[in-house]
Amino acid sequence: MIPMDINEVRGIHTVLVMIAFLGICWWAYSARRSKANDEAAHLPFDDDDIDRRTLENEKTEKKQ
Amino acid sequence: MSTVNPNLTYNYKVVRQFAIMTVVWGIIGMSLGVLIASQLVWPSMNLDLPFTHFGRLRPLHTNAVIYGFGGCALFATSYYVVQRTCQTRLFSDGLAQFTFWGWQAILVAAVLTLPQGFTSTKEYAELEWPIDIMITLVWVSYAIVFFGTVTKRKAPHIYVANWFYGAFIITVAVLHVGNNLELPVSAFKSYSLYSGVTDAMMQWWWGHNAVGFFLTAGFLGMMYYFVPKQAERPVYSYRLSIVHFWALIATYVWAGGHHLHYSALPDWAQTAGMVMSLILLAPSWGGMINGMMTLSGAWHKLRTDPILRFLVVSLSFYGMSTFEGPMMAIKTVNALSHNTDWTIGHVHSGALGWVAMISIGAIYHLIPKLWGVRQMYSVSLINLHFWLATVGTVLYIVAMWVNGIMQGLMWRAVNSDGTLTYSFVESMEASAPGYFVRFLGGVVFVSGMLIMAYNVYKTVRQKDAVALDNSAAQVA
Repeated sequence: MIPMDINEVRGIHTVLVMIAFLGICWWAYSARRSKANDEAAHLPFDDDDIDRRTLENEKTEKKQ
Repeated sequence: MSTVNPNLTYNYKVVRQFAIMTVVWGIIGMSLGVLIASQLVWPSMNLDLPFTHFGRLRPLHTNAVIYGFGGCALFATSYYVVQRTCQTRLFSDGLAQFTFWGWQAILVAAVLTLPQGFTSTKEYAELEWPIDIMITLVWVSYAIVFFGTVTKRKAPHIYVANWFYGAFIITVAVLHVGNNLELPVSAFKSYSLYSGVTDAMMQWWWGHNAVGFFLTAGFLGMMYYFVPKQAERPVYSYRLSIVHFWALIATYVWAGGHHLHYSALPDWAQTAGMVMSLILLAPSWGGMINGMMTLSGAWHKLRTDPILRFLVVSLSFYGMSTFEGPMMAIKTVNALSHNTDWTIGHVHSGALGWVAMISIGAIYHLIPKLWGVRQMYSVSLINLHFWLATVGTVLYIVAMWVNGIMQGLMWRAVNSDGTLTYSFVESMEASAPGYFVRFLGGVVFVSGMLIMAYNVYKTVRQKDAVALDNSAAQVA
């Protein structure tokens, strides 16, 4: 077996990291993900019911 | 959502506690900053006591603003955001309470030990070993509460803000333990396990990621929730936020080497630090643009909403300091800027402009919601605070830019015979006006925080008077 030079390891590392980065971009921007992305993006706006209940409960707890 | 348990409520108690302490530690930490800034203008302000000396109060200032003000803001917002975007209650109320009291105890311990001179001398990690152990315990509890909550979420997705908060919690745990490995020799004295240049590299691996994860990733989590929420529209591009997340966290951990340019650190490690810092510009600006563009179509809200103004201006400062940072990481630029006030200016453009402004905006958003009132006691006082914060930050950073570049140029100036043109004292003399302007900027910024404290106090007090019942009108 030919011993591997440190610079070859660095080169392979660079290529692997690049593939990982492009893979993430491809995955994030794929059409398959677009519905999930939309749903996730709206999560900050689906939280008001529990918020209202929390404040109402606390108010009644204090009265008792 | 129909699947949600009809009796489910959020834990707002711990969020309220951390939100209030954000303001308290903000005032303490920033006032200490003003005090030590005044010492550089009027040296007698050190009161000639060892406890009030610059060298002992400076770490207390940084610890109080980073871990007191910034830390409490991160705890408050992460507990709030993770509950609301996961549509579930915190994993454990008891453990959450432990993180609150534990964190406050650590901060009080900092106030008690640092002025007495107990320090491990590692920048942003000065606290001695017993306190380091306390931090580890609280931090592990924090991770359990946060990830436990994510695990029992009712929403199918994990919102991007939680990714950033999660990365911040994990990375800070690893960095804290890694950098603080030390041998105790007495109750309040320890020595680092590392020596020489390895110690320096460990220190700046920690130090720069205190910036990258504590002061950036966590606050980006804040940005990804509060900017869309306050602008009332979803983030500009969720896809971009995913790429932003992975690119940012993969790059930041490598950048610390740029603190050790032209040192005994191997040249390749310095260059790696420089190159990674330059690459960081891309994810940083990707995130900034994503936050800014969330406002597209809603720019008019900036005219009437000072909270949104805080959030958006914080993003401008973020963009500015993440351009400045990579530039200063270039070796030849660093040769001019290193050890000068330019570095301090850069840090404060990030700390006051980005971290403090986005936290202040988030707290102004949070306080009325947590106490069930429609809005803050006074919107015009928020506006006043906004202008004080902006003017204070600009005064501060401009003074430090001028001082820093001037110092760098004076220190490198040589006469034709090779001797230095200026003595160090001459450069200090030339810096005096800048130090005064910096002090002034600090005073202006702190006065804004005092106005915030008053506004928060009045809001919390009015909760019984102005009921939540009116909130329906606001929604419509």
